[in-house]
Amino acid sequence: MDAFLLIGGFLAAAVRVATPLMLAATGETVTERSGVINLGLEGTMLAGALAATIGATAWGPWSGVLCAILAGMLLAAVFALIAVGARADQIITGTAITLGAIGLTGTVYRQLYGAEGAGLTVPTFAPLAIPGLSQIPVLGPALFDQPAPTYLAFASLPLVWWVLFRTRLGLALRATGEAASLARAAGVRTNLIRAGSTIVGGGFAGLAGASLVLAQVGTFAERMTAGRGYVAVAIVVMGRWHPTGVALGALLFGVATALQYLFQTLGLQAPYQLFLMLPYLLTLLALAGVAGRVRAPGDLGRS
Amino acid sequence: MSDLRWALAAVALGLGMLAVGLEAAGYDAGAALGALWSGAFGSWDAFTSTTLVRSVPLILIGLGLAIAFRAGALNIGAEGQFYAGAIAATWIGLRVVDQPAPVAIAALLSGAALAGAAWVAIPAWLKLRFGVIEVISTLLLNFVAVALVSLMVQGPLQERGRIYPQSDPITEAARLPLLPGSRLHAGFVLALVGALILWAVFSKTLWGFRLRAVGVGPRAAEISGRIDSQRIGAMALLLSGAIAGLAGGMEVSGVSYALFQNLSPGYGFTGIAVALLAGLHPGGVLVAGILFGALEAGAGAMQRDAGVPAVAVYVVQAVVIIVALLATVPRDGQLSPRAILKRRALPPKAAD
Repeated sequence: MDAFLLIGGFLAAAVRVATPLMLAATGETVTERSGVINLGLEGTMLAGALAATIGATAWGPWSGVLCAILAGMLLAAVFALIAVGARADQIITGTAITLGAIGLTGTVYRQLYGAEGAGLTVPTFAPLAIPGLSQIPVLGPALFDQPAPTYLAFASLPLVWWVLFRTRLGLALRATGEAASLARAAGVRTNLIRAGSTIVGGGFAGLAGASLVLAQVGTFAERMTAGRGYVAVAIVVMGRWHPTGVALGALLFGVATALQYLFQTLGLQAPYQLFLMLPYLLTLLALAGVAGRVRAPGDLGRS
Repeated sequence: MSDLRWALAAVALGLGMLAVGLEAAGYDAGAALGALWSGAFGSWDAFTSTTLVRSVPLILIGLGLAIAFRAGALNIGAEGQFYAGAIAATWIGLRVVDQPAPVAIAALLSGAALAGAAWVAIPAWLKLRFGVIEVISTLLLNFVAVALVSLMVQGPLQERGRIYPQSDPITEAARLPLLPGSRLHAGFVLALVGALILWAVFSKTLWGFRLRAVGVGPRAAEISGRIDSQRIGAMALLLSGAIAGLAGGMEVSGVSYALFQNLSPGYGFTGIAVALLAGLHPGGVLVAGILFGALEAGAGAMQRDAGVPAVAVYVVQAVVIIVALLATVPRDGQLSPRAILKRRALPPKAAD
């Protein structure tokens, strides 16, 4: 029984860590399927995290989520304007957007809450047990006793899959990503599709930032995303640009991160830094495993 | 260089936007910009001891990335390679106690360069063996390097007292000489020499030509020029890593004299901006490196004297990059990220 509880707690932690990554990577899947790679995701998540903090402090957690989504979409719109509208290089634009977001969020945060952010308490999402399902041993608490953003992440996976692979819009989007000039010749408004999918991805990244603040950490800190946006981009590659793969990739990263808590609980002695490295090394390994067996969208990164 | 005019216009616009933003947020924009200026250029000491000291790693990393980007290898992991160099430099700097200064310094710097190259060898191998794109793999290794530094300063390299998360200071002999009356170390001279050498390599040697050929079109280079583009690409990646590692070694040997966490305030990422802003041209890297060094040096003064958070300067840097990027977007045809890097690397018709 004790082992059940332990493993259940470990899996619950893994899902909690995976949630923001799953959200951001799901959105980035839509973006990349249309041929745009957005490395500004890191900054977009950060902007979402700060917007969530401000919104939630003022009007409660759900308003925080809304503010975060809007902030994410706004920043992605700036990215789209430069990288899609003006056809500037996507990698460089993304780097600049992230840099700008770090500066902007840091400045606004200090302006609003002071250098230390002392006494900043953000109203957060409490875990929401789904009656019945949460009673399943081990997996129940991990999957069905989580804060609301986790359920949003779960729900968005089939939704994104359906739009991408079962609708005309999804077909046009994927065609744009594979061969933009052909899609254009077939009458698809590729720039509109790319801008739209980038903004959708930005909304997801904003939501990911909100879930980080409102369902995981409980407060804002400068640069708090700490590379999660970049990891989300890696997870999209690892997940072969498919919602199912992306979900598994995010969970793998979550499990690797949560091992740290498991080992602490078991009282095993090992430098914690090894556990900090582990998720990144596992992601590299997984990338080496899937690379070559999968092809990126043909026009990915071409502006 | 026509790019330089754009860079200056971009900086002016970035600072203008900062001023408007600060004014809107209720700061005294005039005082903030004044503090920024005097912190960067206000005195000989400010210029040498902060601006130039900050520019050394940016110039070096920018030069290394110019090599990689010219060959079309998108190394986003200079931050991690910098830390790998810093770890190796500290390890050597603590052990060369009985050596004369030239030997100690040479050992430290070459060890740092080797460590940087070794760190990027992992993504280079993953790319050649498994086809893992280097943008992602170099990026991921940054986080591993940061954790490794943390492990080192709380483990094998921790100071003797075992209290603070930092190393003991490296031995005197392994420290770079300073310009009398300032904190500017000899690494700056090495950065200047490096830029000169790279300029010669890029414009005068066959290898520089091959680098460009691979960057412009690896298949064409292989077919028409019989160039092993994989080998050239991997070499460019290794060289850029070695130079980033060297930058990390110089930071330990010339500035911090010890290893600690957050040794780099993001040099590896700013270095990307420096290389791109410079159009991958060594002379441009020199100018852009000093420019960004000045911005970061001034940011500290701005926070101290005008109460404006130093991070605000990142917004200026972002605006500078985007303006420079937009100014150089070609009007014709479509370009991939690779192609845009190549386009900048094409034979400089206006440059020099």
